[in-house]
Amino acid sequence: MKVSVVQFPGTNCEYDTKYAFEKLGASIEIVWHQKSEIDAKSDLVVIAGGFSYGDYLRSGAIARFSPVMDAVAKHAARGGKVLGICNGFQVLTESRLLPGALKRNEGLHFISKHHHLKVASNSNDFMRKLSINDVVNIPIAHHDGNYYIDEESKKSLYDNEQVLLHYCDENGNISNPNGSVDAIAGVCNAQKNVFGLMPHPERAMESILGSQDGIKMLEGFFA
Amino acid sequence: MKAIVNVSLKAGVLDSQGKAVKHALDSLKFGSVKDVRVGKQIVLELDSKDAASAKEEVAQMCEALLANTVIEEYTIEIIS
Repeated sequence: MKVSVVQFPGTNCEYDTKYAFEKLGASIEIVWHQKSEIDAKSDLVVIAGGFSYGDYLRSGAIARFSPVMDAVAKHAARGGKVLGICNGFQVLTESRLLPGALKRNEGLHFISKHHHLKVASNSNDFMRKLSINDVVNIPIAHHDGNYYIDEESKKSLYDNEQVLLHYCDENGNISNPNGSVDAIAGVCNAQKNVFGLMPHPERAMESILGSQDGIKMLEGFFA
Repeated sequence: MKAIVNVSLKAGVLDSQGKAVKHALDSLKFGSVKDVRVGKQIVLELDSKDAASAKEEVAQMCEALLANTVIEEYTIEIIS
């Protein structure tokens, strides 16, 4: 299993992501955003969290035009897997590789805490090790995590099982920290090879740090 | 010539900042405020041959980068 982790100026989760996937046995390559190619042998491209280009204009808006994003789009178009975490999710929606957009949190504050998530669909590589309605405990850390999608597109997300996760409390009751439509925390594309979520599974790999539920999520990518 | 681009959330997309500002104006007793929308203004200095071509080019910039048309709308004003 080979994982390529994309690094923009301002990315700050690339080494956490490297740690997480190495722990699961993958070999990692960190790819600087000026590179216009991604190793064809890469099984998964991860767009890691952070503040690419200082979140100028809109979160993810500038990163989208980096040379590496053409390579990411090509990787996705040939069926390669892509995962965007936090700022990576914002980059993927700005790139139109994922539907919807991420707005400023409803309460306008940056939120950094552990939050529970409930699995909405598992008919995909990312969630397949979990069951529907399973509850996981994963950190969130974002200012612009308020997922928006129009009603019609939302319906097709549900019809195609593209909604991955909802924010919830520890008992699995919906609990919405940031105003996201339907408390949606993560989605995938219609082909189910591009995934994005605001929470950070790569920060939930050690019980001593509060949770290792991230393992159950990330190991879905391993054959 | 100059282009002034105003970008704001589309009508129907909840504007949390606008809501917070309205709430603050309410508490300052500005009772006439019915709604507040907060947007951003981008001012471009252009070297274009005429206003029409400038506007067309700026519209392309808005679609490509300056606005996220999934959630935002924009207006363009050209000042020669």
